[in-house]
Amino acid sequence: MLAQFGFGILIITFLLALFSAGAAISGYFLKSDRWVESSRRALQLTFVLISLSALSLIYMLATGHFEVEYVFSVTSRDMPLYLKITALWGGQAGSLILWSWLMSAFATAVTFRKWDRDREFLPWVVVVTAITLAFFLSLSVFFENPFARLWQTFNGQVAPSMFAPAGSTLYIPSDGQGLNELLRHPGMVFHPPMLYLGFVGFVIPYAFAIAALVTGRTDDRWVRITRRWTLVAWLFLSIGLVLGMLWAYDVLGWGGYWSWDPVEIAALMPWLAGTPFLHSIIIQEKRGMLKQWNMLLIILTYSLVIFGTFLTRSGVLSSVHAFSESAFGPMFFVFIGITFILSIALLIHRWSDLRAEGEMKSLLSREALFLLNNLLFIGILIVCFWGVVFPLISEVVTGQQLTVGPPFYERATGPLWAALLVLMGIAPLSAWGYSTLKTIGRTAWKPSIPTILVPVVLFVFDVRNWIALLGFTLVAWVIFITLYEYWRGIRARQKSQGENFFAALFRLTARNRRRYGGYIIHISIVVMALGIIGIGNFQTQTQQTLAVGQQMQISGYTLRYDSLAQFPYVDGRQVTRAVLSVFKDGKLLGEVHPRYDVYPDGQPVTVPGIRSTLGNDLYVVLVNWENVSVEQTPFKVYDNPLVNWLWIGSVILLLGTLVAAWPEKEEIGSEK
Amino acid sequence: MEQDGTNPTDKPRRGAPLWAQLLIWAGLLALLVVLGLGLFRAQHPILSVGSKVPDFALKLFDGYPYQGANQVSLAALRGKVVVVNFWASWCVTCADESPVMESAWNYYQPDGQVVFLVVDYTDVDAKALQFLTTYHLTYPNGPDLGTRITPIFNRNIAMPETYIVDQQGILRAEQIGPFQSLADIRSAIDPLINGK
Amino acid sequence: MKLKNFVQLAFCSLIITLSFLSASAVSAQQPTPSDDEVNAIARQLFCPICQNTPLDVCPTQACHDWRELIRQMLAEGKTPDQIKQYFVDHYGARVLSEPPQTGLNWLVYIVPPVAFLLGVFLLFRAFRAWKRKPNEPVPEVAGGPASDEKDEYVSRLEEELRKRK
Repeated sequence: MLAQFGFGILIITFLLALFSAGAAISGYFLKSDRWVESSRRALQLTFVLISLSALSLIYMLATGHFEVEYVFSVTSRDMPLYLKITALWGGQAGSLILWSWLMSAFATAVTFRKWDRDREFLPWVVVVTAITLAFFLSLSVFFENPFARLWQTFNGQVAPSMFAPAGSTLYIPSDGQGLNELLRHPGMVFHPPMLYLGFVGFVIPYAFAIAALVTGRTDDRWVRITRRWTLVAWLFLSIGLVLGMLWAYDVLGWGGYWSWDPVEIAALMPWLAGTPFLHSIIIQEKRGMLKQWNMLLIILTYSLVIFGTFLTRSGVLSSVHAFSESAFGPMFFVFIGITFILSIALLIHRWSDLRAEGEMKSLLSREALFLLNNLLFIGILIVCFWGVVFPLISEVVTGQQLTVGPPFYERATGPLWAALLVLMGIAPLSAWGYSTLKTIGRTAWKPSIPTILVPVVLFVFDVRNWIALLGFTLVAWVIFITLYEYWRGIRARQKSQGENFFAALFRLTARNRRRYGGYIIHISIVVMALGIIGIGNFQTQTQQTLAVGQQMQISGYTLRYDSLAQFPYVDGRQVTRAVLSVFKDGKLLGEVHPRYDVYPDGQPVTVPGIRSTLGNDLYVVLVNWENVSVEQTPFKVYDNPLVNWLWIGSVILLLGTLVAAWPEKEEIGSEK
Repeated sequence: MEQDGTNPTDKPRRGAPLWAQLLIWAGLLALLVVLGLGLFRAQHPILSVGSKVPDFALKLFDGYPYQGANQVSLAALRGKVVVVNFWASWCVTCADESPVMESAWNYYQPDGQVVFLVVDYTDVDAKALQFLTTYHLTYPNGPDLGTRITPIFNRNIAMPETYIVDQQGILRAEQIGPFQSLADIRSAIDPLINGK
Repeated sequence: MKLKNFVQLAFCSLIITLSFLSASAVSAQQPTPSDDEVNAIARQLFCPICQNTPLDVCPTQACHDWRELIRQMLAEGKTPDQIKQYFVDHYGARVLSEPPQTGLNWLVYIVPPVAFLLGVFLLFRAFRAWKRKPNEPVPEVAGGPASDEKDEYVSRLEEELRKRK
């Protein structure tokens, strides 16, 4: 009953989304406010309906309705409740529902803003969001129906179907297969929703961009409206990516957080287009330039969102992360083609309406540096895109399968990331409109002095790796410059307003949220860079087989193998857990407990024992794919220096974005 | 929809520079073509029953020759039924299937009309030879060097798989998974010898 | 013992002793390569059958066999390059972590830098174009004077609105 209800509601939602788009188009061309209003309400209604559908699916997941094929495939009786609920996005069909649910939520939120100044945008924003929503709903309705149930035919075969095939009865398994054990992790709870929120969030600025192109209101109004939406979408996408890294670090047992896997890159690419977009819309606001480029960037971001979703789900790419192959590949392909072609055609149509108003007078002005930032990000994007697509091309043309792996990406993007670090240092010092080396130098020399100490100190401490020396110096430089900028602003306020330090800090930030929030975000990025450089350049690893009592060494640490225990756990898995003591210079620092669990269905999950400090992670893995016994236990140990700054930096990123996006009092009512 | 007040009889507005337009459209077209082909390949099997099997050469293990030669090519076997079977030493079901394959080979070999070409997919040679010795297998067997042969038949192979090619080089049957018995194999091969 | 028999016996003993010596010398030649040495090479290769999994962390039985193969090849004195070449010959170019620099594969290395340089070039052209004053008519523009005025008015209005922000 519930399954039919859920599916029925889903179909209605799909039709309603189509209606909303159609009504909006009619309203625009017939110049009828009534039709436009109707389309807006229809879009709001889709959220109510899809919530009903999603909630009914969640209910069936939580209560174990195993006759529903999706419930059977991702849940089982032994899973805890929270995991059963989050199994909603554990498989292809359910995650598509989540995608549509979040898309509908964002679209509805947009419909609630005050449209008085922008009535002509409304229909087209509705059209774009409704059509995107309808597309994803169509995938659920026609291809990956999460409500299909299992039917047993008279000859014993069991197959899923929405409606009962002739001569078959409902098949109710006694238990589900359960979620793949690798996915039973807190990472699973947060990473997909965050990522999807980021993807879906970028549809909003795209919708406004298209609205601007269609209506001809190509000034920066659409940019101002979507500024905060873009920032929020960017935040979710960034957090989603970081959570993915954290999850991979914790679960895979590879000692790393990023493996340049095509699916990882597919999620990174929208970020690589969205971040320069975030920066260059500021240029459009401040100087009226780069209008064509901004249009291109947001079209690119949206297309990469759809493209990335397509890559990970269609079976075109092979990856550890990819969903199982599905039949809707052609649908995606057509949708990508149509949206990209239409968007570009619109842009070309309006090209000369998007002429710049300002001029770029100096190569070191802030807008010029922002452009450089764009160039570098797009450069990295091209490397990533080409690396992902090339194996496909090679296979199609020569039949030969190839791997494009980490060495390619690291070598190609390394210098570009470093250049971005340099830019992050210079840009706050350069002014809008005009800057020269002299003007920048005048401000830069003070924070540059302590920066010089950094490579010297590192050199004294035996750091000879030039990449690390350069990287750490740049990180320190950016931090010093940014803090100096804060310092200058605070001093200015103290002098002119007579405030004390903290009041000045608070007011300074509050009055210029975007700027100073942006500075905090930059600091967070370089802090993350600290972690990335540390683990990327200084990771050491070793693998040894020990008997109880024996020791192994790595990077000045001594690990003593203390004990091994094997025992069954409540949910039926067989746990093998080792205890090792960590010593440095003879002093006992602590214990680590690497283990691996073997689930009843045979799936092994490695859980590394990690000792984390600000300086490094000691990451110990019980190598369960070799023979494990008390006399012969293989361990793989990684020393990951500075890796925790990656996670610390991401928390700072969250705070910085909150500051930057916090609505100003005067704006409520006029912007949203 | 025009809101810039341009008189329609004016000369056409200059849009984006022509070279940029051409570049973007050409790039987009190329991308769509590649994606489309990639998608097509992912969703459709390369080789299906009824199509001609491209020629390939199989280098055989020492001790497992065919007619004294340690290399065989499919084209040279025109006029005979060829049974191409894929396996690996780490594939558990292949171990189950091998006695069946061996008895089938013993059945067909004297006649000479049917040739077994067995391909070892991404395996360690020493382990493969160990496997062959353990199960007392004698049919012509060789490694898929460079993994060139397997992608001809199936890009996402799950062993064991067997492909039966008729005397004209057309694929006539495919068996995904092990043959359960000699009768199974015979029912796939015999129609080709008798029916011709 | 006759001289002939003695010489034969001595000769055989010599041969046998030498054989033993050389055999033990061979077996004492290389200690078994450690896991770290195997992993150093395995890390540069990808598992031939798993998806995008480096060979040193791949948990399957087949990967275990491949790592043991690397260990054996190292014990025989093969260099890392020889081992990698062996894997390429046996399993195809996809076991390498980047495409070998042959034939069509040069494209994978050439395209990004070329595209980047193209971007730099475009950026310089754009800078030069922007250095011209915005009111100076760009030769190709063919809008009527009416549209120019309207644009100016619109941009003035926008400037006003911006100031009020």
